[in-house]
Amino acid sequence: MTTQATDNIIVFDRVNKWYGNSFHVLRDIDLKVKRGERIVICGPSGSGKSTLIRCINRLEEHQEGHLIVDGTELTDDVKAIDRIRKDVGMVFQQFNLFPHLTVLENLTLSPMYVGKLPKREAEERAMTQLKRVRIAEQAGKYPLQLSGGQQQRVAIARALCLTPKIMLFDEPTSALDPEMIKEVLDVMVELAKQGITMLCVTHEMGFAKAVADRVIFMDQGQIVEENTPHEFFNNPKTDRSKDFLSKILGH
Amino acid sequence: MADTIIFQSLPPRPAPVRTEGLVPWIRSNLFGSVPSAIATLIIGGVLFYFLPKLLNWAVFTATVVPNVDACRADGAGACWGVIAEKYRLILFGRYPFEEQWRPLVATLLLIALIVASCTRAFWSKWLAVLWVIVLAVYFVVMAGGVLGLSAVTTDRWGGLPLTIMLTTLSMVLAFPLALLVALGRRSSLPAIRSFCTVYVELVRGVPLISVLFMASFMFPLFMPQGVSIDVLIRALAGITLFTAAYLAEVIRGGLQALPKGQSEAAASLGLSYWQTQRKIILPQALAMVVPGIMNSFISMFKDTSLVSIVSMYELTGALGLALNSDANWRPFKLEGYIFIVAIYFCFCFAMSRYSLWIEKQTNKSRLR
Repeated sequence: MTTQATDNIIVFDRVNKWYGNSFHVLRDIDLKVKRGERIVICGPSGSGKSTLIRCINRLEEHQEGHLIVDGTELTDDVKAIDRIRKDVGMVFQQFNLFPHLTVLENLTLSPMYVGKLPKREAEERAMTQLKRVRIAEQAGKYPLQLSGGQQQRVAIARALCLTPKIMLFDEPTSALDPEMIKEVLDVMVELAKQGITMLCVTHEMGFAKAVADRVIFMDQGQIVEENTPHEFFNNPKTDRSKDFLSKILGH
Repeated sequence: MADTIIFQSLPPRPAPVRTEGLVPWIRSNLFGSVPSAIATLIIGGVLFYFLPKLLNWAVFTATVVPNVDACRADGAGACWGVIAEKYRLILFGRYPFEEQWRPLVATLLLIALIVASCTRAFWSKWLAVLWVIVLAVYFVVMAGGVLGLSAVTTDRWGGLPLTIMLTTLSMVLAFPLALLVALGRRSSLPAIRSFCTVYVELVRGVPLISVLFMASFMFPLFMPQGVSIDVLIRALAGITLFTAAYLAEVIRGGLQALPKGQSEAAASLGLSYWQTQRKIILPQALAMVVPGIMNSFISMFKDTSLVSIVSMYELTGALGLALNSDANWRPFKLEGYIFIVAIYFCFCFAMSRYSLWIEKQTNKSRLR
């Protein structure tokens, strides 16, 4: 297992998860993610895509199987979880910025309290990330004073402040007005070009075509199809994928 | 060229309906609609009937000098003289008369500390140190026995100083306890969760007066011979535990109102449980429930009057003490009560004004 960690940064080995006693949300998930790989996960709602990526930083616990992130297996060991969370950044559908803190404070919080950086260094790093998402001039504002697209870019910058090895995106554009989706996707495309490992749950098929190394299609808690974007969109292997694609690409 | 239109400004005209001045104000605010007009007439009538009588009693025929005979004369109204006569006893209870400068100084010091704690400019680490020092000075001055001050046992402490001290200490102790209980009720550990729930439900299920009664009379029965805990501390513990249970539920309300995404975001950034609570959850949850917290504090301030059940004469108890034992002045209890009502009101009103200010401060980040 430990030797695999060098090329595979994330390994799901027959991972199963239930909500309550009856809802089997992840079923025998096997997935290996290479360092620097960019993966788009799609599928109908309730198919377990969000749950899948939320297992990677232990926002959800899996009950069976093994999940290894950067050489560390996720168990109840709190220290291991803390270590992994430092290496895994996450961006949420609803942004989840801290509304009582300014944009800058949102970004410096974790580097200061988790990374133990001095305040000035944390602020420098925060400003660098804000520039990266092209929103440095909003540093002094509160999140609710920004537009949805701006908030989501702040959320991306916040996740980047811990210099993570892996970035998880959980439907980052689903809560945005159409004209704001582009500004967020642009930032994500740029990020993808810089070689960070990315797992992105999204229905933005244009984004998948442009940056993904692999598309994973999920339904009913299972991985139905793994393929390159080109193959997945032009030549899907399963009837379920064909059906799904015909619905979302129908118009 | 010749077609240029010459602009001519219209002369200003007065508004068709006057909106300024006394008459329009009365029309729009007191007689704006039929129900409003009826309410105005009813309230006006009641005031017209009662106000002269009230003023007559409270001002025109009132006696201000502390003279029983003048107060008892025919046609005499309110007897404010009772306050002039008894104010030392009402305000300081059974504290030895010649030593009453001590509770005065100690209480002024405590009030100054509270005002400082409520002021933004003083919010720093030194405030905690200041609290320790002031409380130490407070108890030395009150209890005496050192520095040439004569010893005064706690059963003689009383009046307004006792009310203020009980309130202050219960607030300071109940608040952190309530935070822990509120967090405990949401803990993922079943033992902690049930303990906190049982505590809250037990305490909320009984009246404060019985808590105080038990603290005062039953508790000593269970203590070993020779060990006794001062009644002041027992009463303080009773009020603190009681208030904390209510406060915990208020705070839990704020915790419930926060979206789950906040703690998930904090977790995804690697913050520990306590870091998350301290930096993310509590600041937002508490800001939401400032009115409820202040509500608990205000009601606790007034509930301290119940400690007279265990022979501690705080402001209300001291009033009874001052008047019940004196047959001459006993009939003028009403005036005495109006006096302490005014005192209670001043403190409660100040607390609720402060609460509004806090709300404004905490809402700054929500302004767009």
